[in-house]
Amino acid sequence: MPDPASFASVALPHLDAAMNLARWLTGSREEAEDVVQEAMLRALTYFPSFRGGNARAWVLQIVRNTAYAALGVKRGLRQVPLADPADDAPGFEPVEPGDDPETALLRVRERRALDRLLEALPPELRETLVLRELEELSYREIAQVTEAPIGTVMSRLWRARRMLARAAQGETR
Amino acid sequence: MTECDRTLLVQAEFDGELDAAEAARSATHRAHCALCQGAWETLAAARRALREDATYHRASPALRQALERRLAPAAAPRTRPGARWWREALSFAAGAAVAASLVLALLPASEPGLVAALVDDHVRALEPGHLTDVVSTDQHTVKPWFDGKLDFAPPVKDLAAAGFPLLGGRLDYLAGRRVAALAYAGGKHPINLFVWPAAADGAAPERTARDGYNVIHWRAEGMALWAVSDLEPDRLEAFVRAWQAAP
Repeated sequence: MPDPASFASVALPHLDAAMNLARWLTGSREEAEDVVQEAMLRALTYFPSFRGGNARAWVLQIVRNTAYAALGVKRGLRQVPLADPADDAPGFEPVEPGDDPETALLRVRERRALDRLLEALPPELRETLVLRELEELSYREIAQVTEAPIGTVMSRLWRARRMLARAAQGETR
Repeated sequence: MTECDRTLLVQAEFDGELDAAEAARSATHRAHCALCQGAWETLAAARRALREDATYHRASPALRQALERRLAPAAAPRTRPGARWWREALSFAAGAAVAASLVLALLPASEPGLVAALVDDHVRALEPGHLTDVVSTDQHTVKPWFDGKLDFAPPVKDLAAAGFPLLGGRLDYLAGRRVAALAYAGGKHPINLFVWPAAADGAAPERTARDGYNVIHWRAEGMALWAVSDLEPDRLEAFVRAWQAAP
């Protein structure tokens, strides 16, 4: 029988990761703290059915669902992220002449500017990028957390990175 | 500028997702493909920028301490002035995890966490304004409301004639998946009926109780159904029979 103490030893090491994902999804620290609290409550409730394995992905999956539920409630209904029509077609649209993506990214590498660009990404791209670059999750783990096929994860990652680079080019032009 | 059809493979190489042989093939390809070399540089620049300059939001010491306190075996005082509902709920859930072992005799061993989650969700839904996202006594309004919000179509039945009028529906998250929750009235006692697809069809109703709430589970029409309420057990069974009898 799992008890709160063993739950704490499984889940609490991932508290920073939980906070980081919640904050990047909700956009405010206060709301993120509520989401993390509620997610931990839910995780404790589901803990008897946790079969071991990847605890971080398990915790982050619950955090993500809790965050989307909280965002939906705020808007008056619980929204479900829409399927992405471009998921299977990662295009490489023309970019304006000027800085190349690398130079542009170097120029916006000032903390707040970069945070703003990341915040401006659509949620499904933002969460994928946060999970890969800030949490350093594998494709398989990201697929588990976001409940998406690995192919979708790959195309979202590519679109997120490209969109970030293009937005940086927009900032510096 | 068009994209090379190997870009996603190059990205997988960049992310360390390829085995050695595939990675070597990808590196060789990059050496001859300007598009993929450009993509590689974009990936590297984005990674540097994000890892060095994006804010990593850490949990505050206060949040960490609040959770540690709640989860410590020798729990600190259960209530504090001004504590928010989740602080109460968290200590309730710590007790619930222990209490969950008590229902094992009635439901399969895999279910105690789920029963706890269902009751928890039922209680939360009773807070003002949380019972329904779509308010309607008309099954033909409630059923289409779920379209596009779920990857299945939950059955919605009109049980007013049996004394259980429909109040509305909402979306919930249970055990990591989206489920439909239908709210019915049983006199003054709300009934939450949770519905999601089930692999195996047709299981006779099983009954359990937790924290003063009655829970009945059955499977029908390819769905797992869970009714939760503080109604008397025989009234909740009447609700389930009415559901099974309705078209």
